[in-house]
Amino acid sequence: MSGTYLDYAASTPMRPEAIAAMEPYLSGVFANPSGIHRAAQAAKTALEEAREVIAEQLGARPGEVVFTGGGTEADNLAVEGGARRRRDVGAQDGVVTTAIEHKGVLAAVERLGREGFAVTVVGVDSGGVVDLGALAAALDARTAVVSVMLVNNEVGTVQPLDDVAALVRERAPNAVLHTDAVQAVPWLDVASHAQGVDLIAVSAHKFGGPKGTGVLVVRDGVALTPLIEGGGQERGLRAGTVNVAGAVAMAAAMRTAAEQRTVEVRRIGDLRDRLQQGLLAIPDAFSNGSQIHKVAGNCHVGFRGVEAETLLVALDLEDVYAAAGSSCSSGATEPSHVLAAMGVPRDDALASIRLSLGSASTSDDVDRALGIIPSAVAGLRARAGILA
Amino acid sequence: MNVLVLMSGGVDSSVAAARLVDQGHDVTGATLRLWGGDSDSGCCSVGDVEDARRVAAQLDIPHYVFNLTDDFTTSVVDPYVDAYASGRTPNPCVECNRTIKFGWAVDRARVLGFDAIATGHHARVERDLDGEYRLRRGADPAKDQSYVLYMLGQRELAMVLLPVGDLTKADVRGRARALGLRTAEKPDSMDVCFVGRGQRAEFVHSRTPKRPGPFVDTSGRVIGHHDGVARFTIGQRRGLGIALGAPRYVVDVDVDAERATVTIGSRDELQRDAITLRDLRFVADPPGDRPLTVQTLAHGEPIPGRLVDARVQLDIPAPRVAPGQVVAFYDGDMLLGGGIAA
Repeated sequence: MSGTYLDYAASTPMRPEAIAAMEPYLSGVFANPSGIHRAAQAAKTALEEAREVIAEQLGARPGEVVFTGGGTEADNLAVEGGARRRRDVGAQDGVVTTAIEHKGVLAAVERLGREGFAVTVVGVDSGGVVDLGALAAALDARTAVVSVMLVNNEVGTVQPLDDVAALVRERAPNAVLHTDAVQAVPWLDVASHAQGVDLIAVSAHKFGGPKGTGVLVVRDGVALTPLIEGGGQERGLRAGTVNVAGAVAMAAAMRTAAEQRTVEVRRIGDLRDRLQQGLLAIPDAFSNGSQIHKVAGNCHVGFRGVEAETLLVALDLEDVYAAAGSSCSSGATEPSHVLAAMGVPRDDALASIRLSLGSASTSDDVDRALGIIPSAVAGLRARAGILA
Repeated sequence: MNVLVLMSGGVDSSVAAARLVDQGHDVTGATLRLWGGDSDSGCCSVGDVEDARRVAAQLDIPHYVFNLTDDFTTSVVDPYVDAYASGRTPNPCVECNRTIKFGWAVDRARVLGFDAIATGHHARVERDLDGEYRLRRGADPAKDQSYVLYMLGQRELAMVLLPVGDLTKADVRGRARALGLRTAEKPDSMDVCFVGRGQRAEFVHSRTPKRPGPFVDTSGRVIGHHDGVARFTIGQRRGLGIALGAPRYVVDVDVDAERATVTIGSRDELQRDAITLRDLRFVADPPGDRPLTVQTLAHGEPIPGRLVDARVQLDIPAPRVAPGQVVAFYDGDMLLGGGIAA
């Protein structure tokens, strides 16, 4: 890939450590880890070693780590599995989440709503941080599941999970608390941020691991109804032969990300600040999301009078790769649900793009973006002006 | 030139893109996602988007998908439903060309700095000695699509390229085969892309209340009842659902707040010697009062006549054109303009 990649929140290149780690498990140690023979045992050992590494990074015990087919599946399992279990065992019928969650959570919550659960979607402030007062008001003894993300995928805001956890324990004693931490790993110590949380979803490809591999941390004593049933793998919570190579690569990527986190957050944060300052110097530019609560890699900006969809094409034709909203909805003409929840006016939302930096981002990338984006915006504005 | 080519995922626009690349243009492909409903059958389904993407990859050109489902619903589908529910006969392909392909997409191409926009339509854009743009029928008479492009004026034609207009359909397929394009053997799209074959009334009735009413003869006498006006269009002979001795046709559809009246008559009673038009558009200057031919269906026979103000006078009577249908004027194979039957 020759262009300037500014879409790390959508996916990241695999780290060399992860590629090297998984290679032996593609054809050498390939056996099904559930078998009895030594070939299987070798795979099983690798899988359990990976589980230990990931557990340590997430502040969990190895037995609490459930491998899944990615972040969305982990979110679905936590929200739907947690709610159904509590309905069946304890008659809880409430589900509480926020308006800025990833679709992996929101779609699961909508499905629960169709099953008869009482759904409450809590709003956020204009900076993109959950409204704790509204959250408190939504919680009661009937609440089965609360789902609040750790880092928002569009505007990068970090949510106050400790405060959320305290409210849940105080007001919703029968609820389990889930966090979608998919965007968090490169930027935050998830173990400390999510220590008061029962369920934590992460996805390998957001921090240099392979796609199609995720984890749900399920704390001891937290019961879930599985979504996928079969051979009883992963404590019966996720049937199907585990992706051993993916798990091994995920562990390696997570360890490397943790080792480099302090240095990388500073380095990438500086790059982001320079990028954002440069872009905000464009006339009629604005930024979205609280700057104080944002992770280091996120730059979310808009240029009034320039449709994001058009700008993304213009940038792509100049080999600059960016996104609008989340990657699942780019191309849609509806404004992002996250920006809408923050109260960003519709026209501004439709004019906003996300530039996200990551481990392979360089100062050259920022130079190139700042060389191209201002002139692209000016060109689109000029031609749109002629048209109007 | 910098050219944005609209790629539907069909063979014509695939070959259009290939020819532009071959001619040395800087080509970018775009596919418009227009419809996502269950009844999606035609030029806008996910499978077609993927075909377009793969052809673009094969041609090594950038390709983008624009999601226009909301615009398409507002500009094409809703008016289509409204027309049938009101006793008119819409032409959704014309509306799509006017508002989406040569409206939204042309604007978008301009904003992005493209010099031209291209499609796989079978028609030919030419420039005469005075510098005026002309639109001629496509080289393949059976595939000519100039009729659905009647609304293109000088402003649009100045930046429209139709790279397969000078080819027959067989040539297009031959070229696609020679290039190994995956769309070479794809069947032509037929019917209305968002409505399954024979499903028009069901589609309309799923989106608007049925408008039942009487069948009457031309003297106004009630001869039966129908359960929904969307099933009927002027000129229709089959599927009337009432037994009549001689061949009978729908000669009028009249919907008011009270009821939806369908008038049945003989072939003679369907004949007209003039068509009143609205929303007249001309490729260049209005033709004036001179002999020309008019076409009232996408692949209809040209009928000789004259245009007098907003009225076409036919040399010989022809079956009545349903309100809402396009009437295009030609001088030989040169499109002069058109309008909507009132």
